[in-house]
Parts: sequence; structure tokens; C-alpha cells
Amino acid sequence: MKIAVQAGDFDAGLEIRNISKDSKIGAVASFVGLVRDVPMTLEHYPGMTERAIAKIVDEAKARWQVMDCTVIHRYGALTPNDQIVLVAVASGHRGDAFAACEFIMDYLKTQAPFWKKEQTAEGARWVEAKAVDDKAAERWK
Amino acid sequence: MKVKVLYFASIREKLGRDTEELDLPAGVATVAALRNHLRARGGNYENAFSEKALLRSAINQDMAQPAAAIKPGDEVAFFPPVTGG
Repeated sequence: MKIAVQAGDFDAGLEIRNISKDSKIGAVASFVGLVRDVPMTLEHYPGMTERAIAKIVDEAKARWQVMDCTVIHRYGALTPNDQIVLVAVASGHRGDAFAACEFIMDYLKTQAPFWKKEQTAEGARWVEAKAVDDKAAERWK
Repeated sequence: MKVKVLYFASIREKLGRDTEELDLPAGVATVAALRNHLRARGGNYENAFSEKALLRSAINQDMAQPAAAIKPGDEVAFFPPVTGG
């Protein structure tokens, strides 16, 4: 298991290869989140962030067969098309890998203490939390 | 009791600070009570902790509900709903 909260970029291919080495692993599902149109700065709560992600991963491990897992989330200044987040889950079969990957991402959206501030043409503004993200996390309950 | 309070994102900006040590009066022993206590300071605090402000909180780096109890030495954080991912 690897959880990293970092300013720097990541190599998704390398991270996926790193959790694919056990010959009992038959599936790796991964998600990469990208910055859309607007440059932004991501703030986080050092310490709690890593802790919150670890709790989400533990919850996923309790629900599905998770043989290995990597979650990387960036902070700091990011520009359009930059990678923000990687969730990669290795499992015996695709069903568990897909489900655990989506679950971790949905929970990360509502539980991990990150805040986006967009630098728009009209000035900087904090992104507001979306009800649709709460709904996405709710459906796993 | 003494606690460390942390502020993030828009709350931090409204207050112009990211942390402070507070010595809470008796009776301020939950997250909700601390929020009211901070609002009562007036000025920027009244704005940041207004009744209608959508806030989340954590005690010792775990998400905490308004009714959660605060103990001496705790690290209590206030922040807006999270927007990562």
C-alpha cells in the first residue's frame, strides 16, 4: 500500500506497474483526475490528509479483495491538464478492483481534507463542494 | 482548557491566520460550543463562523460532528466542505 500527498507530479504507468508484480493479481483498476480549464491551487491539512486517505483505503480493504493499492494526491499550484490524483487498486479479479477504485475516489472527494482555489479571469475563488459528490459517496452506505 | 485550533481554506483567509492556541472557558467543551465561542468574538470571526456558514470540523485529525467532545490538548480544526480529488 502506498499513500502519498505531494507537490510533484507522478508517473501513473510506473505506479501501476509497481502494484502489479504479485502473480496472484489479475486486475488493476486505476483512476487519474486532471485539472480541467482553470489553473488552481490545492490546499490540504498535512497529517489529517494522509490519515483520512488511509482510513478510506482500510474501509475498501474491508469490503473488497484489495491486494495492493496506491493513492497519490497532489497539492500546491496546478495548471490545466496537470494530474491531480491517482487511485490504483490491484485485485485478483476486475470486479473488486473497479469497485474499490471507485469507492476510494468517491470517499476521497468528501472525506479527505483538500480545498481547491481556482484562479479565474475574474479573480481567485474557492471551489464549492458539490451535492453530487455527497450523493456519490452516499451510495456506498 | 487549552486547545490548538487550526483554520483552513476560506476560513483561514477570512481570519488572516491558520492556527492559534486558545484557553477555553468552562462550558465550551464541544465543537458546536467552540464554534459559538469563536463567533462571539465578533469581526472576522463573526463572519467566518456565522450560523449559515457551511463548516466541517476535525478533532485530532479525524472528522468530528458538532456534538463531539473536546478535551484539553486537543487539536481542533475548522474548514469548509472538502473539494479535493
